[in-house]
Formats: sequence, structure tokens, C-alpha cells
Amino acid sequence: MDAKDGASDLTSSTKKKSRRPKYSQFTQQELPACKPILTPAWVILIFVAIGIVFLPIGFASLFASEHVVEIVNHYDRDCVPPNYVDNKLAYIQSSKTNKTCIRRVTIPKQMKSPVYIYYQLDHFYQNHRRYVKSRSDGQLRSKSNEKKTDTCAPERYTANGAIVPCGLVAWSLFNDTYKFSVNNKQLGVSKKDITWKSDPKKKFGSDVYPKNFQSGGLIGGAKLNSSIPLSEQEDLMVWMRTSTLPTFRKLYGKIEADLEADDIVTVTIENNYNTYIFGGNKKLVLSTASWIGGKNCLLGIAYLTVGGLCLFLAISFLLLYLFKPRPLGDTSYLSWNRSAPGGHIY
Amino acid sequence: MRGGGRRRKLHFSKIYSFTCGKSSMRDEHSQIGGPGYSRVVYCNEPDSFEAHMRNYGDNYVRSTKYTVATFLPKSLFEQFRRVANFYFLVTGTLAFTPLAPFTAVSAIIPLIIVIGATMVKEGIEDWRRKQQDIEVNNRKVNVHYGNGVFDYTAWRNLRVGDIVRVEKDEFFPTDLLLLSSSYDDAICYVETMNLDGETNLKLKQALEVTSFLQEDSKFNDFNAIVKCEDPNANLYSFVGTMEFDKQQFPLSPQQLLLRDSKLRNTDYIYGAVIFTGPDTKVIQNSTAPPSKRSRVEKKMDKIIYFLFCVLFTMAFVGSIYFGIATKDDLNNGIMKRWYLRPDNSRIFFDAKRAPYAAIYHFLTALMLYGYFIPISLYVSIEIVKVLQSIFINQDIHMYYEESDKPAHARTSNLNEELGQVDTILSDKTGTLTCNSMEFIKCSVAGTAYGRGYTEVERAMGRRNGSPLVHQHLSGGDNLKDSTDGKAPIKGFNFKDERVMNGNWVNEPNAEYIQKFFSLLAICHTAIPEVDEATGNISYEAESPDEAAFVIAARELGFEFYKRTQTTISLRELDPVSGKKVERTYSLLNVLEFNSTRKRMSVIVRSEGGKILLLSKGADNVMLERLARNGSDFEEETMEHLNEYADAGLRTLILAYRELDEDEYKEFNQNFIKAKNSVSAERETVIDEVTEKIEKDLILLGATAVEDKLQNGVPDCIDKLAQAGIKIWVLTGDKMETAINIGFACSLLRQGMKQIVITLESPEIKVLEKEGEKEAIATASKGSVLNQINRGKAQLTASSRNPEAFALIIDGKSLAYALEDDVKNLFLNLAIGCASVICCRSSPKQKALVTRLVKSGTGKTTLAIGDGANDVGMLQEADIGVGISGVEGMQAVMSSDIAIAQFQYLERLLLVHGHWCYRRISSMICYFFYKNIAFGFTLFLYEAHTSFSGTPAYNDWFLSLYNVFFSSLPVVAMGVFDQDVSARFCFKFPLLYQEGVQNILFSWRRIFGWMLNGFTTAAIIFFFCTKALAHQAFNSEGKTAGRDILGATMYTCTVWVVNLQMALAISYFTLIQHLFIWGSIALWYIFLLAYGAMSPSLSTTAYKIFIEALAPTPSFWLITIFVPVSGLILFFTYSAVQMRFFPMYHRTIQWIRYEGTSNDPKLCDMVRQRSLRPQTVGFTARLAARANRIKDRHHNRR
Repeated sequence: MDAKDGASDLTSSTKKKSRRPKYSQFTQQELPACKPILTPAWVILIFVAIGIVFLPIGFASLFASEHVVEIVNHYDRDCVPPNYVDNKLAYIQSSKTNKTCIRRVTIPKQMKSPVYIYYQLDHFYQNHRRYVKSRSDGQLRSKSNEKKTDTCAPERYTANGAIVPCGLVAWSLFNDTYKFSVNNKQLGVSKKDITWKSDPKKKFGSDVYPKNFQSGGLIGGAKLNSSIPLSEQEDLMVWMRTSTLPTFRKLYGKIEADLEADDIVTVTIENNYNTYIFGGNKKLVLSTASWIGGKNCLLGIAYLTVGGLCLFLAISFLLLYLFKPRPLGDTSYLSWNRSAPGGHIY
Repeated sequence: MRGGGRRRKLHFSKIYSFTCGKSSMRDEHSQIGGPGYSRVVYCNEPDSFEAHMRNYGDNYVRSTKYTVATFLPKSLFEQFRRVANFYFLVTGTLAFTPLAPFTAVSAIIPLIIVIGATMVKEGIEDWRRKQQDIEVNNRKVNVHYGNGVFDYTAWRNLRVGDIVRVEKDEFFPTDLLLLSSSYDDAICYVETMNLDGETNLKLKQALEVTSFLQEDSKFNDFNAIVKCEDPNANLYSFVGTMEFDKQQFPLSPQQLLLRDSKLRNTDYIYGAVIFTGPDTKVIQNSTAPPSKRSRVEKKMDKIIYFLFCVLFTMAFVGSIYFGIATKDDLNNGIMKRWYLRPDNSRIFFDAKRAPYAAIYHFLTALMLYGYFIPISLYVSIEIVKVLQSIFINQDIHMYYEESDKPAHARTSNLNEELGQVDTILSDKTGTLTCNSMEFIKCSVAGTAYGRGYTEVERAMGRRNGSPLVHQHLSGGDNLKDSTDGKAPIKGFNFKDERVMNGNWVNEPNAEYIQKFFSLLAICHTAIPEVDEATGNISYEAESPDEAAFVIAARELGFEFYKRTQTTISLRELDPVSGKKVERTYSLLNVLEFNSTRKRMSVIVRSEGGKILLLSKGADNVMLERLARNGSDFEEETMEHLNEYADAGLRTLILAYRELDEDEYKEFNQNFIKAKNSVSAERETVIDEVTEKIEKDLILLGATAVEDKLQNGVPDCIDKLAQAGIKIWVLTGDKMETAINIGFACSLLRQGMKQIVITLESPEIKVLEKEGEKEAIATASKGSVLNQINRGKAQLTASSRNPEAFALIIDGKSLAYALEDDVKNLFLNLAIGCASVICCRSSPKQKALVTRLVKSGTGKTTLAIGDGANDVGMLQEADIGVGISGVEGMQAVMSSDIAIAQFQYLERLLLVHGHWCYRRISSMICYFFYKNIAFGFTLFLYEAHTSFSGTPAYNDWFLSLYNVFFSSLPVVAMGVFDQDVSARFCFKFPLLYQEGVQNILFSWRRIFGWMLNGFTTAAIIFFFCTKALAHQAFNSEGKTAGRDILGATMYTCTVWVVNLQMALAISYFTLIQHLFIWGSIALWYIFLLAYGAMSPSLSTTAYKIFIEALAPTPSFWLITIFVPVSGLILFFTYSAVQMRFFPMYHRTIQWIRYEGTSNDPKLCDMVRQRSLRPQTVGFTARLAARANRIKDRHHNRR
């Protein structure tokens, strides 16, 4: 009836464009959609599927991890001469003490070439913010950025000019060295390819040579041969990729020969690096690698656990659905039914 | 001359008794020229020197928030008033200091994007307002250019002093001083609906001295000086004088035409501009709309504060640890962690000043953990809400064809509030009803005529299950119209062959019928308009019921076709000759209707020379004026009256009496004297005079007019009641009408106990006559209190068996019930009742009731109304919904959402409200989840760096997390997610309770999601760091550094949060798929692209994916394992919940999935089992009836 109210409006508005919304599935929110819900079948199916996929992966990675032969030698304590045991600091900080230390390592199982040599440090906060930031990527990359040391404090320059490479990271470069021999036969340590390829290519310049390095008041870690460009200083490049956690391993080199079981490897260690002061440990690690990397059974066990758990859940759900079905449309758990049993809210 | 030549001879001021009073110099006129009364207007001389000196503003009206100059500072200020944004500004600024754990640019860019997006949105909204302003300001008006020439100009160009000519049905562009009109006595009718919501027309009259200015040319040399009050907001006062022809004339509100009111029933007027633009009364009256925020958002603020607390605690703990560790580094000159060079450090790491370092670390940590607070949350919510309102605007089911009006969400920040409405406060006229009156029944001389069915009767029929219902349900409306064979006539829905088509002459009481309808044709103030071409007559009346009467008279053969100053002419059927004859009655006096008199009378002299007093009015005033022996059929008439009232009709009683010559003469003398008196009590004097003549009336009968309910109102109310929403009706109408409408919309039903609180008791009336104000007040208050307490007692007495109560309270009582010491009692009572109806309530009271409900119950209130009298209520309520069906736009302008019909409320709340609530609340929960899942990994990592503030990820990974890799799916969820489709929302209205009870945004759920975030983060961190521990990472024996761990952990996080989203939603359109899988894909693409940039840009991410991650199996194994294990908990939880403790929407989803949604038995079970006993609506009526029958069966056994 009230149409005629606006009879005059109506005629004028028909001349105008109608404001009627255009119909489309999109604007009317009627787009075709798939609306999955967690039916028992789906739940069980998904659990079973996860279980079926995870268990083999778990076995495979556990197998791979088990296949890796890893020898860890904790040498920092044992390499301190007996008379310095109570004063390790004096031993390590003195330049006069003999730092050479010989360790013997028995190979438990055959280790196929290449055998990777790692040093492992504990309680070394290579991820400390001050440490992480104290470097100059620009300077490492190209000679023209030699003066770019503003991020490197406190290892920026000496009286002779800017330090290359500057910053705490480079300054604290690890300087223990290892030599290996089996049956008095020297084993070669290859430093080839121990860095990620992009490091020598893009991040460390081939025209950048160490300069004024370790010539300040305090000597940190290793010295660098100033005639070799940074792009060929593998140890530095490995060291400069800062570690994730305070316990870390870094690749020292590779032994490109098989080590047989029961071989005794003699390691001659130059024990220079000061971890004693902050209570860190130094370990020498010899390890092979499989497709999954080094020895770490966590992934395998985790896969097996979760896979197993899923199968277990699948079975429990199956039993639950079978023995304790719930009538469809039971609404007794709805909050308003729970909170107001009489339902008389008004 | 335009069309109105005939009309111009009318002098209505002579026949009207009250409204056309002469203005006189009163006290306040002496203040003119003094402070507050300093305005001087040079009419017709806007260019004169003096006018320029005054320099009044132009007529430009601005509703925009910003101007070009103020936009930047003002909107920036608005942005940073939000705590979270301010926090980001602070951390963003700090990022430029060495404190920052990451680069400044990466920290500030997301902030800029987020703030920029919000500002753009603000700008666009303001631009729209600007467009509206431009439209209004450029409307055209006829203005005097000089030399008697008028031409059109834009509204904004009007200056104070301009003379304008306004045509019929045009709005007044400014506040005008009425100079003259198309009527000789310079009156005009004004519709002020936009100002005060009153639908009846107001009469305005110019000064006599200017009434001659009826032609353009006469303004050639007209000028006058008006001195008046300064601009103010009082709509009903105006004090001024006009100096014309060297004489002073007083001005009153009677001469002032207000901007935004409309000229009606008058061909044109001339007026002088007095107030322009911001000075006009209506603009002065407009208050800035209150800015409303939804409950969900307010709660969200609390969550953000909570997260701030968590953040500060974490930062504090970290700082303490960091301080200790830093101090420990240097001990008596011995450096512990020598590689950090603690001996040579800036203050941030200085072991010697460790406390300071700790404090600085605190700031760093605040920056780093900033990822706990989702930076993009606000902007995402804004975007989502705008898109949601577009969906509301575009909903074709809320588009009203007849007025061409779609729904319009005027503010987008209340969408989710629509899903939480607990109480609806509704206006009646124009909202529940369409404010169109239909003459439907009448009772003449004790016989009831009229066979039409009213909406109420239909609703009642529906309740009783009579065949009437089925007829109605199967399209009864169409049926009714088609059987007529005639086009329906607006305002007329009367069918009775006994009186139609002239058959009334054969009725036994034909004489009465003749008198009855001629009274309807004579006793009114309508003006006929004859369409020259067709000869059809239409009427312009002050109110729709008056029009309905004249139309009814016309349809029954008493055609009122001509009104002159002193006569009213009818064409009527002569029962003797059976021919149409023209009869002219000379009009002697009109005693108008007003709300105190509640009646209207005319005195006419018939062609036979008899003087007749014809009177119509409300039953209570008319009955006491009937002659003792003049009403043989009073009883029958009263019975019919009650029936009509029951059926929800508006009733009037018609009566008449013959006056003898002397009596009339005496009356006329007194009347003229009274009219011409200028004392303050003029109206009382007139009242007394008229009182004396309107007595000893002879009853003719009663009329019944239907105040039509809008389409679908009962159904809508029923659905809303099923959804558990309470509905209050606040109306200005009288109690009877309100109760009628209550029955019509099923808010009331038989068997519902009505608690009526009223002050219409005899004792109070007696007091009122004595007129002692204080005594009245105390007695009234006592009475109201008493009634409330009695009601409460009734309520508690029956609390055992859920009996439905209805509370009905009138305006007078409401005034006392809303006083501070009573209002809580009142509210308590009202909450206990199923329906509440407040009648005779003023706009202010409406707003007060709304406030009471809002603050008293703490629940969400929605007010719906159409008129300016609802504005207060709309602004006060949590959500104001305006009905945009009628012309008045005031309510719409102050509403948050405008819809064209009440029935659309159902869809607006049950579908859009529910969806929006669900979307926004899930979206916020999810936002917090994803940010905690991300932020907590940062914290865990930092804890492993001795809390030195090292971020786990590359700077750009950090800053883009919220922008690219996790926010799009959330936005998609916020815009598109649906738990169940609209059809099921309607089918299971109780689903709406999820919002009312705030189940989806309860603290439990919020903390649940947060906990989920923490667990996820812990799982991600634990597995990633353990799997990427010190051993070799790949088969080449290389170990994983910070770069690799960061990228891996990040990959896992992206997977987990996106898969979590996929698990949490149950509605996948192409868009969801695109955004969820796209976000994950985008991360890999970004990793590739970013890694391919030169290392100076990509730093640690250089070639990380190609060189390190992609070729390595363990990376892939981790990224498969971690997301699965991170989600398995949630998955198990939702599987168990789905099966054993499903939420209501899950149950419905299940039913839909099983395809049993069409099984009525099952659906009914789900609905019934989950239903609280419903108390309102026709479903409740049916249920109540079924119960009664059951009880009866029981008793019989």
C-alpha cells in the first residue's frame, strides 16, 4: 500500500538508476564452497594417513642417523698439563706454555671418506647480539669498503688504520689446530668446500686482504695470513657464519680417506683457544655424514613417535566411535543448556 | 499565477481557533539589541554596506571530519591515540637508535603501511561525506537577484538578507523569516518531520504587513530590517522585531521557517534569510554522533593490554637475566666472555654499568617482542569491516523494491555487534507500522460495518489456527486485492456491501449513516485537490487518519470537493431522489484538534439553515460529552469500540448536535473575544469557551482505522524471539494503541499476564485537578513504586513455572520509574518480563530507557526507529538502526545502519550479525594466535642468546610476517567465512545465542587460542633447534648456522599458522584456497627472490634457499614434521569436540553434512532440545496453546 506514498518518487527514481544491488554469487555470499567437517571417517583417515607416512620416514631417518659414525673427543680439560690444572687460565693465556697436546682416538667402525672434522664449542655465545652485529659485511665483500667499520666496534681500527676483517667475530677466530695420523702416517686435512659456495663467491672478496689483523692491544683468536685474500680463508668464512646456539660445531676440514675400524688416530692439537675462562668446552669431532646429515636420532624418533601416536589415536577414535556413539543432534552440552537448566532467563 | 488562484482567496486564519495567534510585543522583545540578541538582518539588501559590516557566514554546511589542511595532523593523531599504534610508533622511533635488534627500515615500513592504509580509508570516508555535502550545498533555490527578478542559485550561495522563494514540497535551505505565501493571509503548512519527528503539519503565518508580497515583482523595492536573537539551538523559540515602513513589528517562532523542514500544502512562500549554514537551528542542534565501538573491540583492547603485560613481563625477566649475565662478564678486570670484549663496550653491553644495560635491553626487548602485538590487527579489522559492510549493502534480500532502497551500513565498526544483540528497542510508528492509515471498519448507530480483516485479526487467526490463516499464508493479500476487481485505494480498505455503492439508503438506520459520513466529509481540515484532467479528487491532510476519513466519505458517496474560506461543498447521494446533489455547508468555526482536547469540532450552517456542531474525538473525552438521553446505542457502540481496539485499530467517536441561533451567537461572541485576546492565557480562555459548546452531543457511531503493520513484522519478531532476543516497544502512542500493536506483533498474547503501570488512577487525577505540583509528584512516585513492587512480587511468585509476563508502562509513570532511585527496580521488573511496552514516551524518555537497559544489563542493545524522535534512542543504543523507508532522513542520518523495512532486521541480525560476529571474533583470536606463535619463538630464541636481543630471523622476514605471509588468510576469513549458510541461520535461529552469550569470544576461547599459540611456538622452536643441533646439517657435513635455523623455523611457522587456519575454518571457497596456499607459496617465492638479491640487501638470506635449504632432505623432513606435530593437538581437540561436545553451529553443520537437514523431525528435535522456552512470538503462542491442551488431557486422566 505504501508504494503510493512515493508514487511521484517512484516515477522519478525509475528514470534514475535503480539502486538495486546486482546479483552475483560473490556479493550474495553464495560462492560455491567446500565445507569439510571432521566426521569420524575423516578423522580416522587422517590419523591413519599420517601414521602410514610418518613411520617409514621415521625408520629411514633413524636408520640414516644410526649409520653415521661419530667420534667426539673432549680435549680441553685433558690437554692442560697437570701442573696447571688449578690454574688453567694462566696456562692458556701464557705464550710460553706448550700448547701442543696429543690425543688418541680409536675408530669404532669403518668411516668412509670423507670424514668430517669439527670443533665443537660449548657455552660460546656466538649468537650474542653484540657479537653477531660486530662485523662489516661490506668490508668483507670488497676492497673499496675497507673503511666501512662503523658496525665493528670495538675492533674497528688500530693506529695503522682500519682492521680488515674488522669486528669481534673475525677477531675471536678459533685458533686450535689439529693434525691427524694413523699408524704414524700423516692424514691430509682438506679445507676444500668446507664453506657454503656463496661465501667465497659473493660474501668474501677476492681482493680483500687481511690488514692490521690481530695487531691491537688485545689478541683475540687466530691470525690470518695477510697475503691470502679473504675469499680463500676457509676457516674465517666458516667461523663468520655465526652459530645458532651457544653449543655449536664448525667444520674444520675433511679427511679424504677411509678410516678402518679399530684404527687408532693420533691427533696433535695446538690448544690455543681460551674457553676456560667462560667455562666452555672444546671437543674434536670426527664424523661421517649421510643424506640426513650428521648423527641425530631426534628426527627419526620424533617421526616414529608421532606416527605411532597417530595410529594409536586412530584406533582410540575408532573404538570411541564404536562404543560410545553420541546421538546426532544432542544439544545437551550447549552452553545455554548447561548454564540455565530451567532455561528461564527472562 | 500557478494553479492556486482559487485557494488564494482562503483565509484560514479566520476559521482556525488556536494556531493563528497574533504575535505581540512581549518582555523578551525589549532585550533586542542587547547581548544574545544582537543579530541584524537587512532583508533584500544582502549586498549593502551594513550587511557587509556584519559579515555573517555563508550557507555552506560542512559535515566532514577533516579539511585538506587538517587531514594529516588530525588523522595521524587519531591513529596514534590507539595504544597499540602508539607503541609501534615508539618502537619504530627507537628502531633508529642502536638499541634496535633489527634495522630501522624493516621496523618502520609495516607501521607506515598499516597507518597509511587506515588513513587512506579515513580519507575515502571523509571524501564521501564531502560528496554528500556538495550535493546538499548545491541544491537549487529561487533567490531574488534584484529588480524583482528571481533566479535559481545553489544553497551555499545564500547570504543573510536574501529573499528566496520556496515552492511546494521543497525543503527550506536556511532558517527563513516567512514574509508571504500563496495564501492571502500569508499562512503556510510546514512538515517538521526531519526536526522533531512529528508527522502532523505545522501552520506558520507571516506578519500581516508583509502578506501583500505575493509576486516576484513586488520585491523590487522591498526592504526591512530584522533585529533578532543570536543563533541558538532552541527549535521552538525565536525573538525578534522587524522594522518595516518605519514601524516596529514583533516576530515570534510563528514566522520562522526552519532549515530541513518542508513546505506542504502551500504553493509557494517568500522568505528572508535570517540564519545561514552553521547558524541555523537544525545545524546548531546537531550533535556530533557519538563514536561507538563494539564490545568485541573493547574486549580486544583488553586482550592487547593483557598481551602488553605478558610482553613487559617477558622483557623484564629477560632484562634481569641479561643484566646479571652482562655484569658477570667482567669480574675484577677479568673478562669472562672475552670474545664480547666487555671491557670496551658501549653502555648497552657495558658490564660496568650493567643495570643501565639491562634497562636498555628492556627497550630492545620491547621492540623484539613487539610481534606479540599484531601490528596489522587494527588495519586488517578495518579492512574486513568495510568489506563486510559492502556485503550488507549489497544484500539483495535487504533491498526494498518499492522505495528503491538497499540496506546501508553507515558505520562499519559495529558489524559484529549486530551478532550480539540482546535487547531490541523498537519504535512503533513507521517502524513496526507503516504510518499509513486505512479506514477499515465503522459502527453506526450500534451496527458494525466493515468486513476487512486486519493484520491483528490475521495474526490472531493464525494463533487459533482458523482457516483464515491458511488463506492468508497462501497469499491472502493478493487474493483480497484481486477479488475487489478494483485497484486498492490508499487509505481505504473497507468492504461491506450493505453500505457501499449507495446501498446504505436501504439500511434501517440510513439517516444515521448519512449523518455519520457527512460528518466525516465536513469535520476536518483537509484541502481537496482536483486533478483537472481526470476530475479525480485527492486530499491534503494534516495527518494520515484524517485523509483516511475524507477518502472513506468520498468512497461511500459523500464527496468533499471544494473548500472556500467559509464553505465546504460536498457531492452526496440524496436518499430520497437517489441522485447526486451538491450541498454546500457554510463553515462557521473550526475548533481544532490538539493533544489536550483530543477532539475536533466544526460548526456549520447547513443549506436548510440549521446550525450543526459536528464533533469527532477519542472515546474517553467524547463519552463524557454525550447528551444523557442522546445515545440509545451507546452500549453497542462501546462494545464495538472494544472489539476494534482488540483488533489493533485506532478508534474515534463521532457525535453531533444542533445549535440554536442564540446559543451560537453567544458562543461566537465569546469565541471571537477569546481569539482576539492577547493575554498569555489566550488558549485556556478559548478552551473554556469551546468546552461550553461541545456538550450534550448525540452519538453517531465510531470509526476504526488500521495502523498498518509493515510487511512481515510478526514473522520477523517471531524469528527474533526464537533467537532469544528480547524486544521492547517504545512508542509515543497511547496505551491502547500500543497494546493493540503488541497483540498484532505477537509481543502480547492471551494468557500472558500484563503488568500495567500507569498513573491514570482516580486518586492521581483528583490530585492533578487540585494542581499542587509537589503533592502530585510524591503521590505519583509512590504509586509507581508501589506498582513496580507489586509487579515484582507477582513475578517472583510465579518464578517456578515460567509464566510469561508483559510489562506495560505509560510515559508519566516512566518519568518516575526512570528516576535514579527507582530505575533499578524498574529494570529488574522489566527484565523479568517477556515483553515490555512503554507508551506515551517522549524522545528523551526513549533515550533514557535505552541507556538504562544498556548500562543496567550490560548487554548489547539495538534501537530501531524511523523518525527524528528516535534519534536520541538510536544514538544512545549500542547500535542504532534507522528505517529509511519514509522521507524523513533524520533517523537515518544518526543511525549506524539503515534498512528499508523492519523485517530486514531478521536478516541483518541472524545472518549478517551472526556471520560478522563470528568472523571478527575468530579473526581476532586467530590474529593473536599467529602472533604469539611467531613472537614466542623469538622469545625462546632470545633466551638462548643470554637474552642479548638477537632476533631469530632475518630483519625482513620479521617485518613481512604480519604483512604478507600470515594476514591474507585471516582477512579472507574475516570477510568470507560462514559457519552455516543463511538458510540454516534462519532455520535454527537459536544459533544467534552464540553471539549474545559471547561464546566465540569468551576469555576461555581467547586464552585457549593464546595457549595454542604458545604451544605451537614451543613445538616449533624445540623441534627446529633440536633437529638442527650441532651435528651436520647436510650430507656435505656443513652445520646449520643462524641463517639456516631462522629460515627453517620461519618456514615451519608459516606452514603451521596457515594450516591452522585451514583446520579452523569450515568454509573453503576459491578465495580461501588461494589465500591460504598462496601465503605459503608466497613465502617460498619471497625466499627465492630475496635470496637472489645481492648479499648487501639480503644479508643472511642470500641464496639460503637454493644453496642450503632446498637440496637438503633434513630441511624438508623438518618442515613436514613440525607443522604436523604442531597441529596434531588442535586437530585431536577439535575432532573430540566435534563429536562429543559440539557447539551449536557444529551440530547444524553436521546435520547439513549428513543431509538430514530436511528431516523435519530431526530438525525439530535439534531446535527444540536446544531451545529455551520461548515467551514471545507466535511460535510461543502455539506452544502455549499446545501446553494448555496437554494439561487439560492430564487433568482429565
